[in-house]
Amino acid sequence: MKDPVDVLIIGAGASGAAVAWSLAETKMHIVCLEQGGWMNPAEYPSTGRDWEAKFYGEWSSSPNVRGRPEDYPINDDDSPIKVVNYNAVGGSTVMYTAHWPRLHPSDFKVKTLDGVADDWPIDYDALTPFFEENDRMMGTSGLSGDPLSPLTHPPMPQQPMGLSGAIIGKAMNERGWHWWPSDTTVATMDYEGRARCINLGHCTPACAQGAKSSTDITYWPHAIRAGVELRTHCRVREITTDENGMASGVVYYDKDGVEQFQPAHVVIIACNGVGTPRLLLNSASGRFPNGLANSSGLVGKNLMFHPYAQIYGYVKEPTDSNRAPPTCLWSKEWYDTDLSRGFVRGYGVQFVRGAGPVFEAVVSEQKGILPWGEDHHRVFRKLNGHRLGFSAICEDLPEEHNRVTLDPVLKDSHGIPAPKIDYTISENSRKMMEHALARGREFLETAGASDICVNSPIPWGGWHLLGTARMGTDPERSVVNEWGRAHDVKNLFIVDGSIFVTSGGVNPTSTIQALALYIADQMKQRLANLFD
Amino acid sequence: MSADNSLTRAQCNNLRTVAAMIVPASDEYKVPGADDPAIQADILATLGRDTKLVVAALDHLADLAGGLLTELDADRRDAVALVFRKHGGAAAATLVRVVLQCYYRDDRVLRSLGLELRAPFPKGHVLPDGDWSLLDPVKARAGTLRRAP
Repeated sequence: MKDPVDVLIIGAGASGAAVAWSLAETKMHIVCLEQGGWMNPAEYPSTGRDWEAKFYGEWSSSPNVRGRPEDYPINDDDSPIKVVNYNAVGGSTVMYTAHWPRLHPSDFKVKTLDGVADDWPIDYDALTPFFEENDRMMGTSGLSGDPLSPLTHPPMPQQPMGLSGAIIGKAMNERGWHWWPSDTTVATMDYEGRARCINLGHCTPACAQGAKSSTDITYWPHAIRAGVELRTHCRVREITTDENGMASGVVYYDKDGVEQFQPAHVVIIACNGVGTPRLLLNSASGRFPNGLANSSGLVGKNLMFHPYAQIYGYVKEPTDSNRAPPTCLWSKEWYDTDLSRGFVRGYGVQFVRGAGPVFEAVVSEQKGILPWGEDHHRVFRKLNGHRLGFSAICEDLPEEHNRVTLDPVLKDSHGIPAPKIDYTISENSRKMMEHALARGREFLETAGASDICVNSPIPWGGWHLLGTARMGTDPERSVVNEWGRAHDVKNLFIVDGSIFVTSGGVNPTSTIQALALYIADQMKQRLANLFD
Repeated sequence: MSADNSLTRAQCNNLRTVAAMIVPASDEYKVPGADDPAIQADILATLGRDTKLVVAALDHLADLAGGLLTELDADRRDAVALVFRKHGGAAAATLVRVVLQCYYRDDRVLRSLGLELRAPFPKGHVLPDGDWSLLDPVKARAGTLRRAP
């Protein structure tokens, strides 16, 4: 049997890397188990002429399409929004847009402010120092001073406006609507060993330059130098418990597929809003028959995705197409509740700079605006390099019927039951999406766009996996307490997006990592009585 | 089976024909059609994980055409294509995507579009920094962040 470790972290993505790095200073014996491996930037799509084709296969954002050995299948047949993720050291930070807004202070108090959902047990101020620390570690670029966003201090200047940014800015000004350069984790200058962005193009599926921040090139090198052990290609099947109801370790399959048991004094789960409830439900035992840490019955429930309402069109002027990171500007014009709009809460907007030629051809043919036959060439030249987009990230409110359960049939390559998603878009979200599409259409018309198309929701838009092991002070209404410890198991912690109480209307990774750092800090302060 | 061990001769024939229907050659733009031998060879060489769905799509096409598309007159071919696009589902969408992704990486096509014949890395691209005075109206309008209690 292996010797016990002090801390066992499951998952080496956004939150697992942050918590590992933060805890490393304690000099405890820390091991992280990651089902994926280290990425090789020399093999990233942008290094080849077939870079766009790879998005439809081995570099698809969907694990079901990708089907790498490191992935696990997800039954999302009963959801209009499909789960997208990445499984490797770095997790989904390897494959994300690097858009870096924070949740707003008001997002933590939605019950008090708007009478819906629940307040978080912590507030924005509790996370502020960890947002700042995380921005330094991930390396952010942006322009401080956005009047409608929390104050940030990005260490690097904002991305260039480019051709698309100028068109977007002018149209938004004409409408009198807010817009601002996005905070992103794209390095706009050389930073901490990372080379500056050279605009490889659509960098969502990994950045060969290393300019886009992912935790395999930010947190992990620091954490490993500080003594954290990272074991790759190790897939955890279940968390075990002892006779006192404490976590005793995990059963996992190593890189050779051999079952192993790793005892641990503390277990931290960092597997995202789908992987975490899957693991907890797969860890059911005689003492925890409904899944580990699930006395509330809420493990897997309250799944929030952020339905994306996207509208795009084609302007006469050239846009940045595939010659820039996909997002560079945001708008918070419709972020806060205004009941005259017919819904509660709101949405952030990220503008889309354009698309590459293959993507443009494939999608436009599917939309019916790019014909077959003789006229194909003329129309394609009108569309290609002229796309401009408006994507609303709509705040999803928690609803228990939106959930992750275990599929009774589907299993991963190790025979571990796979997750099943049941999700519907709420009436409030639908109204929000309709509102966003109407504003987006007005924006596009102001910009002079034609051939307007809609994706609502973006079907392959389940990037943000939140709420399925929510935090709170009431053990009957939450899974973990206000510092991330499971109510039911006093040496079990959760640090990923599953502990979100509400979702806000922005990309969540910045807040997920700030939360992970906050929980690590809380643990460090309580080391002497962590299990009390 | 044909030499590529994936498609039969008849399937290759229909693939070539439908590819030309999607993207025909153009003298005006000086580009080949998607039935060009080099583009067809690229499609066949890189079918990979798409093979099963592409074969299903080609079988569907053959059923609709009653055999080879080339044996139909133009009007009948167009009618078959209409039904194929409407009812072909994921298989038809995959076939069309495979044709387009190989067509729009062909050197002659990219040259005609004014695009460089290279991978994005390592050269990248240069973007104009832009006129950030465009933000002045936003700064002037200001506004406030909603406060939490």
